[in-house]
Amino acid sequence: MTTATETQIENYLRQYGEFEKKAKAPEWLRAIRREAMEAFAELGFPTLRHEDWKYTNVAAIKREEFEPVSSEAGEEHISAIRRRIQALTSELDGPRVVFVNGRYAAELTDVRGSGARIGTLGEALEKRPEAIEPYLARSADYRAHPFVALNTAFIGDGAWIEIPERTVVEKPIAVIHVAWPEGKPAAVYPRNLIVARRESQATVVEIYVGAEVPNYFTNAVTEAVAEENAVLEHVKAQLESERAFHIATATFHQARNSIVRSTTVTLGAALAREEPACVLDGEGGEATLNGLYVLAGTQHADSHTTLDHAKAHCGSREVYKGILEGKSTGVFNGKIIVRPDAQKTDSKQSNKNLLLSPDATINTKPQLEIWADDVKCTHGATIGQMDAEALFYMRSRGIGRKEARNLLVAAFANDVLDRINDAPLRESLKRHISARLAGKGD
Amino acid sequence: MLLEIKNLHATVNGNEILKGIDLKIGLGEVHAIMGPNGSGKSTLAQVLAGRDVYAVTEGEVIYDGKNLLEMAPEDRARAGVFMAFQYPVEIPGVSNTYFLRAALNAIRKQRGEEELDAMDFLARIREKIKLLEMDETLMTRPVNEGFSGGEKKRNEIVQMAVLEPKLAILDETDSGLDIDALKIVASGVNAMRAKDRSIIVVTHYQRLLNYIVPDTVHVLSNGRIVKSGSKELALELEQKGYGWIEEPVGA
Repeated sequence: MTTATETQIENYLRQYGEFEKKAKAPEWLRAIRREAMEAFAELGFPTLRHEDWKYTNVAAIKREEFEPVSSEAGEEHISAIRRRIQALTSELDGPRVVFVNGRYAAELTDVRGSGARIGTLGEALEKRPEAIEPYLARSADYRAHPFVALNTAFIGDGAWIEIPERTVVEKPIAVIHVAWPEGKPAAVYPRNLIVARRESQATVVEIYVGAEVPNYFTNAVTEAVAEENAVLEHVKAQLESERAFHIATATFHQARNSIVRSTTVTLGAALAREEPACVLDGEGGEATLNGLYVLAGTQHADSHTTLDHAKAHCGSREVYKGILEGKSTGVFNGKIIVRPDAQKTDSKQSNKNLLLSPDATINTKPQLEIWADDVKCTHGATIGQMDAEALFYMRSRGIGRKEARNLLVAAFANDVLDRINDAPLRESLKRHISARLAGKGD
Repeated sequence: MLLEIKNLHATVNGNEILKGIDLKIGLGEVHAIMGPNGSGKSTLAQVLAGRDVYAVTEGEVIYDGKNLLEMAPEDRARAGVFMAFQYPVEIPGVSNTYFLRAALNAIRKQRGEEELDAMDFLARIREKIKLLEMDETLMTRPVNEGFSGGEKKRNEIVQMAVLEPKLAILDETDSGLDIDALKIVASGVNAMRAKDRSIIVVTHYQRLLNYIVPDTVHVLSNGRIVKSGSKELALELEQKGYGWIEEPVGA
């Protein structure tokens, strides 16, 4: 007799077998995918007994029979998707590369004249696999993390962005992943690779959206490398549909004197988990991980961040804020590792939460692992309600209750968004969030 | 009559603070309400502004022909009631200019006037800022955040000058001000004195009344107005203290 769990794992093994038959890939990638699938079969879905998954129950993902989408999106869907993307990104006029159901959508993509090399993993695997071999599946650990393993087993397509040496790319590069399944609940495995060469500078924004029906599961992995003295701004906007599941890992491997600033905005999905992680692997690097989660209804979002100081003289900053309404639940777990060589580390972490309903819940935890002795590490967390004094003050000046409330909540959120350097991108996100907070959605 | 308070009783957390206030204020008049700490002065100001931590248990307040106590705080403001806070509130992330423009536009909308855009608004507030000798950079900063005590109080009077209320209530606006700041605030208030505007000056100290000279002075003690008189009453209180007023109560 097989258990339910074994049946689920067998489903994924079968899907992997079918995928491996069709998907072209060099031998080294086939070996990685095989190893990843074996790791997933071994690890299985995490349960609440796993310390890292104590507050996030993925049973609903495990239960559902998600299938990879086999056919391409039809013409009528493409025009609906085009309208959706247009509405979401009207402020952004930079290059964009679009994937529908994990597959490159040439008719929605426009990457002309950016100064960056913007392509797809699918094409690179076919034509120039040696260019991505040193980076792909090197920092996102598929041996230990079940969802990274599952994504890695299904590596096929996604964005491949290379910022050439000493090149400054002015406009943000948008990577848009659209889940638009037909019929059956779908699993989508976006995989992105970003390499910012020495002394380059660019902004990359990942946007995730999807159709309302049927249900789908996005399991995304982004690996980024910032070479010496490179500056990489990264924004992740998770705007999935409200029944979707979204589990994502983003790794940033940083060389000497590189700067990475990543902001994760979580608005969508019934269940979401974000795991951004920076490894400061050269002296003089700076890493910033900021985040904003705005949750309502019965949404659940988990932000598990890691700032790993491997070398000395690096700084890291982290500001995560949450706004929770209804019966939503949030998790913040901020891990900071300071390895024995990482003397003179300067790290600051803060997590602030605004609970707008008595039924909303947040679990917040700093997790410090410090192995060096000459370091500065501070952290703090707050959980609060709407400031009644401020609300009354505004109303006493003639501002209506609803507007006053929206202003206060938007101000709380803007504290994170204002740290995004690119103005059009920042304003675009503010617009979504204001609309969402005012109850209009987008 | 702009404001008529009849037998007003109010409690906070079950403790009665106002124990039957009667007060009439005509249009264009300036009234001072004085009294020792804990007499209920600030409670009265906050009840008039609509702070909901206070429960009105008895009495009524008629403002401009309307039942004030039935109105939401924002509706009172839009009808011309303004209270300068004793402790102005800090609002991180909301710029002072944005806040004040939102307030003015809410009030203008009520009056059937057009909303002002950012440019028109700035032109309008510039002279008020100058009058109060406010540092203009304070207008672009978040509301009251990191302001000194004096800057916060001046900011309140800038708001009053911009919003042009019919009834202004100054809740201990003089507390914590040095004499120079006090003079600036007082001249800002005096510039607002008008036939169609009434002002209630709530204060613990007589000093402010040297600069804002009231038509009438009331003494509040233990939740009631125990004495009313001309501006000389304030001087008498300054000389004798509040003791001689309080004695008869409870005797």
